[in-house]
Amino acid sequence: MNLITHVGRYSQLMTGVFKKPDKWNITLRQIVKEINKLGVDSLGITIIISVFIGSVITLQTVLNTANPLLPTYVTGLVTRDTLLLEFSSTILCLILAGKVGSNIASEIGTMRITEQIDALKIMGVNAPNYLIFPKIIAFCLIVPVLVIFSMFTGIVGGYIITYTGVISPNDYILGIQYAFIPYYIVYSIIKSVIFAFIITSVSAYYGYFSYGGALDVGKSSTNAVVNSSIIILLFNVLLTDLFLM
Amino acid sequence: MIEVKNVCKSFDGVEVLKNVSALFHAGKTNLIIGQSGSGKTVLMKSIIGIHHVTSGQILYNNRDFTAMSGDEVRALRQEVGMLFQGSALFDSMTVEENVRFPLEMFSNLPKEAWDDRVNFCLNRVNLHNANKLFPSEISGGMQKRVAIARAIVLQPTYLFCDEPNSGLDPKTAIVIDQLIQEITYEYNITTIINTHDMNSVMEIGDHVLFINKGEKSWEGNKDSIFESDNEYLNDLVFASDLFKKIKKNNLLNKRT
Ligand SMILES: Nc1ncnc2c1ncn2[C@@H]1O[C@H](COP(=O)(O)OP(=O)(O)O)[C@@H](O)[C@H]1O
Ligand SMILES: [Mg+2]
Repeated sequence: MNLITHVGRYSQLMTGVFKKPDKWNITLRQIVKEINKLGVDSLGITIIISVFIGSVITLQTVLNTANPLLPTYVTGLVTRDTLLLEFSSTILCLILAGKVGSNIASEIGTMRITEQIDALKIMGVNAPNYLIFPKIIAFCLIVPVLVIFSMFTGIVGGYIITYTGVISPNDYILGIQYAFIPYYIVYSIIKSVIFAFIITSVSAYYGYFSYGGALDVGKSSTNAVVNSSIIILLFNVLLTDLFLM
Repeated sequence: MIEVKNVCKSFDGVEVLKNVSALFHAGKTNLIIGQSGSGKTVLMKSIIGIHHVTSGQILYNNRDFTAMSGDEVRALRQEVGMLFQGSALFDSMTVEENVRFPLEMFSNLPKEAWDDRVNFCLNRVNLHNANKLFPSEISGGMQKRVAIARAIVLQPTYLFCDEPNSGLDPKTAIVIDQLIQEITYEYNITTIINTHDMNSVMEIGDHVLFINKGEKSWEGNKDSIFESDNEYLNDLVFASDLFKKIKKNNLLNKRT
């Protein structure tokens, strides 16, 4: 199937998703459930990855900027800006595309091939709205929280590694405060919300149009992760150009 | 009553249904029979609008379904219950949540009456003490019962069953068939059942429509099926030795 058909079907699906819900209280209940499933359950992996990446960025910066001419605060500054600008939004979202994207695609794909989506349709329920809308809203709401956690724990990770003696903790503290631009945090959050929309809607699309058996659900799930990752990378370039240039 | 008039359906140019016309009566179990792949599911899904027909008309009590607006279709859907081949229970919900779901979405009943209605329906299909279990925790026969309970919870005028007893043992299959028939008579529902199970035909075939390769090839009921000389029908219905003997005896009895 070519790109135009995909875009057409995706847009059609999204028109269904963003119709007014039949029952708001049911939708709200679903949103809370999804916040738990997609957001809170991703907190652990977010923290683990951020701590390790934060410390490794610090180590690498120390190793690669070992030059007496450079000021000592460089390490902290580089760690902070790498985390704030790219890691805690783009890279984190790429990782979450794997976790959340495959989860959504396989859940909706299974519902499709076991005729649960047809069952909703027969009842007169707007299935895209009932199934997909809460996921998109929930993940877009929770992703800024994940991003903030990632920034914070990443910087903490870098701080912890300074105690191995690579640089002095005080220099690191100085570095993470030096020439701090609060707008970077806003920028990161805006980016991550857009990525969250991409992950949830693209994965839901691949799940919704699954056809066949369990094997095909696996394929949908893989397609969901691969394609949402590519779209995220593409949008990352566009958004960086738009917001920072 | 549902009337199907000259319905054709093709997928990407491949004709699956060819000019099918039929009448399905209220208060009767109307069976659609045919080999696997003959188009039973496609016909059923076309009648309820999961597939859009390529041409032809579908009338629900003389209301033209094919000409309805989106809102009218959604309103009609609340008069329709459906039992899917694989039960299609929502696996993130418990048994009672599954049955309550249509009520939550559409019922005008006050909230307090929901539980009563759910329990009434679960009792009606003889399912007890399973309210809090998940679909994955109950047997195939029980899943079918839950699906029936969910299909009748909004008191439908029309009930669709796609291979209701596929994957069940012969005894459970008959129990499920009889349950569907009882409910049909009790509430005067227009019930349409897809099957390739000849036990079902003999058991509950009030009205039988035989589809062969997407075409209507024979129409009758469980008694007149013995006298049919339709070659394809006899091939399907009397495929097994058991049914061959039954047919022979039946014809002998008639003669004497
Ligand atoms: N969504 C679809 N797209 C394309 N072809 C389909 C689709 N659904 C069914 N078919 C084809 O229609 C024919 C009839 O299928 P079906 O109605 O499921 O048979 P059965 O009588 O076993 O229920 C089959 O050849 C099947 O491949
Ligand atoms: Mg079928």
